[in-house]
Amino acid sequence: MLTYTVRRLIALIPVLLGLSLIVFLMIRAIPGDPAQIILGQLATEEAIEALTKQLGLDQPWYIQYFTYLGDLLTGDLGESIKTNTAINQEIWPYLAATLELSFCAMLIAIFIGVNAGIISAWFQHSWFDYIAMILALIGVSIPIFWLGLMEQWFFSIQLDWLPTSGREEVRNPVTSITNIYLIDTLIQGRFDQFVDVLRHLILPAFALATIPMAIIARITRSSMLEVMKSDYIRTARAKGIRMFWVVYKHSLKNAVIPVLTVIGLQTGLLLGGAILTETIFSWPGMGRYIYDAISARDYPVIQSGILVIAFIFVMINLFIDLLYAAIDPRINYR
Amino acid sequence: MTQSPVLEVRNLETSFVTKDGEVTAVDQVSFTIHKGEVIGIVGESGCGKSVTSLSIMKLVPQPPGKIVGGDILLNGENIVGANEKRMREIRGNEIAMIFQEPMTSLNPLFKIGEQMTEGIKIHMKKSKKEANEIALKMLKLVGLPRAEAIMKEYPHQLSGGMRQRVMIAMALSCNPEVLIADEPTTALDVTIQSQILGLMKELNKTLQTSIMMITHDLGVVAQMCERVIVMYAGQVVEEAKVGDLFKNPKHPYTQGLLKSVPDIRGEHSRLYSIPGNVPKPGSITKGCRFAERCEFAHERCVMEDPVLFMEDGEEHTVRCFLHEKRREVS
Ligand SMILES: Nc1ncnc2c1ncn2[C@@H]1O[C@H](COP(=O)(O)OP(=O)(O)OP(=O)(O)O)[C@@H](O)[C@H]1O
Ligand code: SF4
Ligand SMILES: [Mg+2]
Repeated sequence: MLTYTVRRLIALIPVLLGLSLIVFLMIRAIPGDPAQIILGQLATEEAIEALTKQLGLDQPWYIQYFTYLGDLLTGDLGESIKTNTAINQEIWPYLAATLELSFCAMLIAIFIGVNAGIISAWFQHSWFDYIAMILALIGVSIPIFWLGLMEQWFFSIQLDWLPTSGREEVRNPVTSITNIYLIDTLIQGRFDQFVDVLRHLILPAFALATIPMAIIARITRSSMLEVMKSDYIRTARAKGIRMFWVVYKHSLKNAVIPVLTVIGLQTGLLLGGAILTETIFSWPGMGRYIYDAISARDYPVIQSGILVIAFIFVMINLFIDLLYAAIDPRINYR
Repeated sequence: MTQSPVLEVRNLETSFVTKDGEVTAVDQVSFTIHKGEVIGIVGESGCGKSVTSLSIMKLVPQPPGKIVGGDILLNGENIVGANEKRMREIRGNEIAMIFQEPMTSLNPLFKIGEQMTEGIKIHMKKSKKEANEIALKMLKLVGLPRAEAIMKEYPHQLSGGMRQRVMIAMALSCNPEVLIADEPTTALDVTIQSQILGLMKELNKTLQTSIMMITHDLGVVAQMCERVIVMYAGQVVEEAKVGDLFKNPKHPYTQGLLKSVPDIRGEHSRLYSIPGNVPKPGSITKGCRFAERCEFAHERCVMEDPVLFMEDGEEHTVRCFLHEKRREVS
C-alpha cells in the first residue's frame, strides 16, 4: 500500500507539470498588455517598458514559464501586483474560507445523497424512491445561482431564518487562528460565534451541495440495485442477517466504488461552483480572491489561485484512488 | 419411517407478476424430509427447483414473486406466515442454504473469517473469539487445508471448489436441521464435484443434517439421495425411492430423463434427449403439462389435469393418466 501510494504520487508529477503549463498559457492568452492595463491609458512608454521588465514579461514565454515553475518548486506562488505581497502570505484566509464551505457542502451532499440512494434502492418503487428520484432529477438541472438567489429570498428575506450573506456577523467578528471559523470558534470556546458561523454556512453550503447530492443519490441507487441482485447478497440474507446490515454493510461496501468516482469528479465541479456561490453569498473565499484579481488584471494571483484549486482537485482524486485500493482487495496495488 | 418429518411442504404455490400477467412458477408442490434424510429434487432448467427452495427460506424476490398458497411446516410449525424476525432466526440456523455459483456466492470484499463468523455470532450468541474457533473447526471439518490462513483471506484467493467448501462450512456452522443445496456442484469440474458430494454425504451421516439436494443431474441423485422428487413445469410429476425410480420410472418424463443419462456400461452410444422444450410457466392452463412432448399423450391428457396417483402402497406417486387404473386396482 505504501509503495503504491508513492508510485501514485510520482505519477502525479507529469499531471501537475501539464496543469501548470496549461494555466500559464491560458493566462497569457488573455488579450491585452498587462503592463498597459495595470498602468492605465495615460502611462508613458518608459513606465510601461519598466513595468514589463519588472514583471519579466519581456522574456520569451518559455523562459517565463520555467522561471515560474522554478518558483513553484520552491513553494513560491509569486507576488500579487495589486498588493505587492507574496501570494503565499495572503492566500490562506481565502483558501480556508473556500475549503470550509466546500467541505461542508460535500459532507451534506454525501450524507444525504448516499442515504437517499440507499433507501431508494432498498425500497425500490416505494413513494420514497419516486419522490427522491424526482427531486434528484430536478436537483441536477437547477442552476446554482438561481437556487442561491431563491434560498436567500425565501429563507433570509421571507422567513428571516438565516443571514443572506457573508461568513460571520460583522458586529461580532471571529478572531481567526486557523481561518477555518468552525474550528477557530470552537478552540476559543465561543459557541455563540460557532452557531453564527454555522448559520452563515447553511445557505451557501446547500446551494453548492444540491447538484452533487442529486448525482450521488442517483449513482448510489443504481449501484445498490445492481449489487442487491447479486448472489452474495442472497447468501447474506440466507444467513439470517438483518436487512439493515445486509444493505449498509454487505451491499454498500460493494456499491460504493462508482459512488466514490462520482464524488471525486463532483468535488472538482464543486470547487468550480464555489466561485459562483461565493459571489452570490459574498463569501470571502478563493472565488472572491480570483474574481478581484481578474478585475485588477493581477495575473500572478489569477494564475496561482487557479493552480491551487486544480492541485486540490488532483489530490482529492488521488485520495479516492487510494480509497478504492483500501476497499477492494482484488485491486492489485503492488 | 415413523418419525414426524423435519420439513413438510404442502401444496406450495409461488407465482411471479410478469409482463404477461401472474405466472405460477411453483404449483401445488408437496414433499417431506425426515431427520437425516437426503432427498433429491430433479428437473430441467426452469422447472421451479430454485423457486421452491427460495420459497422455503422466504427469499423469493418480492415483488415480483409471492407465495400464493400452501404450508411449510418446520418441525410442525407453519412458517408460511412467519414474520421477518422469525424468518431471520430460521435462516442459517434451522434451515441453511448453499448455492450453485461458488464464485459469486461469497462477498468479495469481506474476509472468509468475517463471513463465516457473522451467522455464528447472530444465531449462537457467541463472542467473536468463540465464533472464530467454531468457524475454524468447521473449515477443518470440510477438509480445507491451512484453515487458519483461509480465515484471513478473501474469496478471490480461493478456487471454486474451496469456496464451495467454505459455503458448506458456513451453512453447517450453526447446526441447521435442513440444508438446502441448490445445485451445489454444477459449476465445478468433475473431480471436485465428486469430492464435494462425498463431503456432503459424510457430513449428512456424522451431523444427521437433512439435505434437500437440488440438481438436474440424475447421477448426483443416485450417489446421494434416498428419495427423489421429479419436477416438471412447476409441478411434482413423480416421487419415489431412488432405487424404485431408477428401476421402474413411471412418468414418461422421468423415463426420458433416465434415457438421457449416459449409460455407465456404454451400451447407449448416443445420448437420448427429450424432444421439445419446457413450456413457459403459465403457458399451459389445462391438461398435462408434458403432453406436448409426451409420446403416450392421448386425448384425455390435454382435456383434464392429471393428479398425483399413488402406486405400490404409499411409496411411489406419479402424475400421469397411464397409471390411474392401477390405483383403482390397489
Ligand atoms: N425473479 C423472477 N421473476 C419472474 N419469474 C421468475 C423469477 N425467478 C424465477 N422465475 C420463474 O420461475 C421459473 C422457475 O425458475 P427456477 O429458478 O426455480 O428454475 P430452476 O428449476 O431452479 O432452474 P435451473 O435449473 O436453471 O436453476 C422460471 O421459469 C421463471 O419463469
Ligand atoms: S398424462 Fe398423458 S401426456 Fe401426461 S405424461 Fe401421462 S401420458 Fe403423457
Ligand atoms: Mg435453479
